[in-house]
Amino acid sequence: MAEPLLQIDNVGKRFGGFVALDGINLTVAPGERVGLIGPNGSGKSTLVNCICGTLRNETGTVRFDGRQIDGMPAHKRTILGLARSFQLPRPFHSLSVSENLHIPLLYAVKSRSGSHLTPAELEAHCVEYLRLVGLDHKARKRPRDLTQVEMRKLELARAMAAEPKLLIADESMAGLSHSEIEDILKLLRQLSERGITIILIEHIMSAVMSFSQRLAVLVSGKKIADGKPDDVVRNPEVEKAYLG
Amino acid sequence: MRSAWFILICVAVAALTFLGLRVVHNDYLFIAGYTVLQFIVLATAWNILGGYCGYVNFGSAAFFALGAYTSVFFHKAYPLPIPALLVLSAVVSGLAGLGMGYLTLRLRGAFFSIATLALAVVLQTLVVNWDYVGGSRGAYVIRANTVELFGFAMPYVQYLFLLMLTLVVLAIVTARTIERSRLGFGFATIRDDELAAEASGVPTLRLKLIATTLSGALMGMAGAPFPYYIGYLQPSSAFGLEYAVNSIAMPMIGGTGSWIGPLVGALLLGIIQQVATVTISSAVNLLIVGVLLVVFVIIAPNGLVGFVTQYFRAKER
Repeated sequence: MAEPLLQIDNVGKRFGGFVALDGINLTVAPGERVGLIGPNGSGKSTLVNCICGTLRNETGTVRFDGRQIDGMPAHKRTILGLARSFQLPRPFHSLSVSENLHIPLLYAVKSRSGSHLTPAELEAHCVEYLRLVGLDHKARKRPRDLTQVEMRKLELARAMAAEPKLLIADESMAGLSHSEIEDILKLLRQLSERGITIILIEHIMSAVMSFSQRLAVLVSGKKIADGKPDDVVRNPEVEKAYLG
Repeated sequence: MRSAWFILICVAVAALTFLGLRVVHNDYLFIAGYTVLQFIVLATAWNILGGYCGYVNFGSAAFFALGAYTSVFFHKAYPLPIPALLVLSAVVSGLAGLGMGYLTLRLRGAFFSIATLALAVVLQTLVVNWDYVGGSRGAYVIRANTVELFGFAMPYVQYLFLLMLTLVVLAIVTARTIERSRLGFGFATIRDDELAAEASGVPTLRLKLIATTLSGALMGMAGAPFPYYIGYLQPSSAFGLEYAVNSIAMPMIGGTGSWIGPLVGALLLGIIQQVATVTISSAVNLLIVGVLLVVFVIIAPNGLVGFVTQYFRAKER
């Protein structure tokens, strides 16, 4: 097996007396589509935050692309090629939709490659990503003029604009209608075809099941299952966690 | 507009202002004008941190005073021409800005503002107890009546005015350059959402330190010629409330989004204050600021510039 792109070993995190993550192990191979599920409060977002550097894991190690990244500030991880979308969209409100995409291009991509983008190239890249998510007609609008779906698409577009190797989509479909979920799934599949590794965190089982090649389940900060989606959902422990 | 053109226009406007005032031939205009210019620099400097990055600094007076006291110190220890003092003050205040940035890394919003206020109090206490620069008694800085510049004899006040005018051009060009650069975009993301900024690869910590350093250095430069202007510097005037209040109020009233805002706000408030000082009393200055600030916060929360652009956008529709 090729060297994993992301390797999480025994990662733990507690908030005071509450153990949010308890010795999590997870490996993700390059190009893989992994679904991460678990009931509310099971530690999915905490795990994402530990991987992306928003929070620091107290025990264990996180390796990305052959490098140990514990303690590395979040922006450096993004520059290495680890991008995320936030569960609740966090656009830059004072910038236009297209300018929102300037940021990862100007910072993450530029710091990685060192090459300087001309304003025309910058604009071309933005238009490309906006077209991909179907927001090109709103390029000059402010984020506050967008609908909830569009905001989530912007969130994904901004993560994509960082040209990541691994994209973590944190509940990017919550609260969306069936057809909107299909839109976003289609988008993620396109990214996967481009060779981007994707971790999808989601509550909507039908979406996760159709998208993921592998499924990992977190319950109360512990990983209780990891394997082929069909096998995992038939796992008695998983059934117990979800159905009580 | 290209940057070179912008600089050229700024220099031309500055030159016309100076020559125009010389034609009028009234020294008082230079004295009053100096104060207005000084506030343009302070407001522009404040806006780099407060407007672009969204970190409200209540300690402007400390940076201003640090610049002024750097001048006093060198005036006593090793007299230097004012342009050299400007550079030294920029270094001292810039370092103070960097230090403040480091100390307040984890503070946001009101907590950051409180910390800057505390910094001002600490620095004032230090200066009050430092005898060499005059302590609480203050220090006299005797200046010449005229100064020789490029073979011309020029009244000292005009010389100070000219220096401050140069600083205004420097500050405005710096602010505008930042605004249209990668740095400016980075600052905007810090103002909007630091977590999302980090996730997009923005080194928020480094950018914040750049902003506190730049802002501090410019404020220090604004303070450097002050002892020569006023002749007698005491802590209560260098750390005066009006510097902290004005450097916040002027960008707020003008508009914090772009370099024009602090310029417009400082010109407007500065001139009103100078007129009021002559016609009524200097005691009403802070009252004017307070009333205008309240009015603007209610009617035009995005300042004059925001108000005007909003008006035109509404008309377009």
